[in-house]
Amino acid sequence: MDAADFTFRNASPPPSVELRDARLTYGDTPLFDGLSFRLPAGEWTCLLGPSGVGKSTLLRLIAGLVRTDEGTGAEIAASDGHPLSGRIAYMAQQDLLMPWLGALDNILIGYRLRRERVTSEVRQRARSLLARVGLKGRENDRPGTLSGGMRQRVALARTLMEDRAVLLMDEPFSALDSITRLRLQELAVELLAGRTVMLVTHDPLEALRLGDSVHVMAGRPVIVDDPIRPAGNPPRPVSDPQLLTLQGDLLARLARAHDRGEDTA
Amino acid sequence: MMRVARPLIVFGGLIVLWQVLVWATGVQRFILPSPRDVFGALVRDYDILAWHAWITVSEILLGLVTGSLAGAATALCLAYFRRAQRWLMPVLLALQAMPVFALAPILVLWFGFGLASKVVMATLIIYFPVTAAFYDGLRRTETGWLDLARTMNGTRWTTLLRLRIPGALPALASGLRVATAVAPIGAVVAEWVGASAGLGFLMLHANARVQTDVMFAALFVLALLSVALYFAVDKILRRAMPWQADTLPSEEREA
Repeated sequence: MDAADFTFRNASPPPSVELRDARLTYGDTPLFDGLSFRLPAGEWTCLLGPSGVGKSTLLRLIAGLVRTDEGTGAEIAASDGHPLSGRIAYMAQQDLLMPWLGALDNILIGYRLRRERVTSEVRQRARSLLARVGLKGRENDRPGTLSGGMRQRVALARTLMEDRAVLLMDEPFSALDSITRLRLQELAVELLAGRTVMLVTHDPLEALRLGDSVHVMAGRPVIVDDPIRPAGNPPRPVSDPQLLTLQGDLLARLARAHDRGEDTA
Repeated sequence: MMRVARPLIVFGGLIVLWQVLVWATGVQRFILPSPRDVFGALVRDYDILAWHAWITVSEILLGLVTGSLAGAATALCLAYFRRAQRWLMPVLLALQAMPVFALAPILVLWFGFGLASKVVMATLIIYFPVTAAFYDGLRRTETGWLDLARTMNGTRWTTLLRLRIPGALPALASGLRVATAVAPIGAVVAEWVGASAGLGFLMLHANARVQTDVMFAALFVLALLSVALYFAVDKILRRAMPWQADTLPSEEREA
């Protein structure tokens, strides 16, 4: 099979994404107050933190899914100066597959939503992507007949089909059993190589295996600390001894973040 | 096997009970005919019943088609055009509160004794449940899908077409099921008010001549038709939406 089918096709290299002066209040409490955050170009940036601290909100803010007004908003810019709209793909914890469509048509939903023509070439690419995530022969199967792991693989193929430079993933693997999760993580790293990725997760080990940098978010208003940068290329093997050491460090940070949240809440 | 047998057993039991009641009380035939009398009327007036049944079925089916189309179209307008929602919604709510049956005499006055007034009546009675159910479905699109559509640069129109409408089809199906159940009521009520044919007309006619057995026979045919129609529509809807598996709480096992 031709590897070129799956690598990033856009001619320009992926940009880094800079978020500046993010503001958002939830009720009366300021959630973000002048928060800045950066996604380095072509790297995986992982974000951890206690539940409800605003990880998903930050991701949705970058994705343009939060309605902005005077009290809410941020300056979001890509390093190459072009607007981010149309260059972002989003993957959520739920697979968000359409239950009435077969796997192949689910992958093509972006084309349909943009009224782009689904040429035989496009269809062929969708087929090979489906084969690449290990679902050859399941093209016409509806999500209801696929397992949770298979559905999330279809969702990954759909994300790849969009061929966007920046990927925003909100706990995409958290609903899966551990072995399925490990395999899908490896597949994602392989297939998303060369793109700018932001991954929100609850799983310290996942962050340390996949992230080029790992951040912890905490407090009200939110502060993002300096990242941990594990050595070696992702996906790092689970048996890598540095992961254990770093995991201890990261868990300590998370515990502190958790306590800080309790204090201000 | 038991699925077919069970209702038959229940109905058979009820008919036996009815026959016993007639024997035991010696009630007059024109008050309560026995099942045998009704069966006799069914056989004897087979052709008359069939003709009137055909009229009523046409009214119901035409009403179902026009009512469903009008209801679905209204729901789509309400969901897509904010202005339509603001202007039409209060009107619809007020109209829905009005008893549609009270309109029957006016409808007969306007649309005559023929098919038209009955079709309009059935249409009106179907219109509201279909509109309400479909509109509800269109509003309750899974928010995650909408997020996805936004990051994929879908337009409002394509999002409606590709996500909201297919996602609302199960809700529309519920509306159509309710519509199918109430459509015969609309047709028959309009026939009672003024008609020259149809099962409702036949019942009034037989009533006036104290042919109670014919009345019961017409009622039986009407019930049979309504049930058959409901199951046919239900079956079609299930076929059309194979992804919509249904589960009943009674079929769940305790954890």
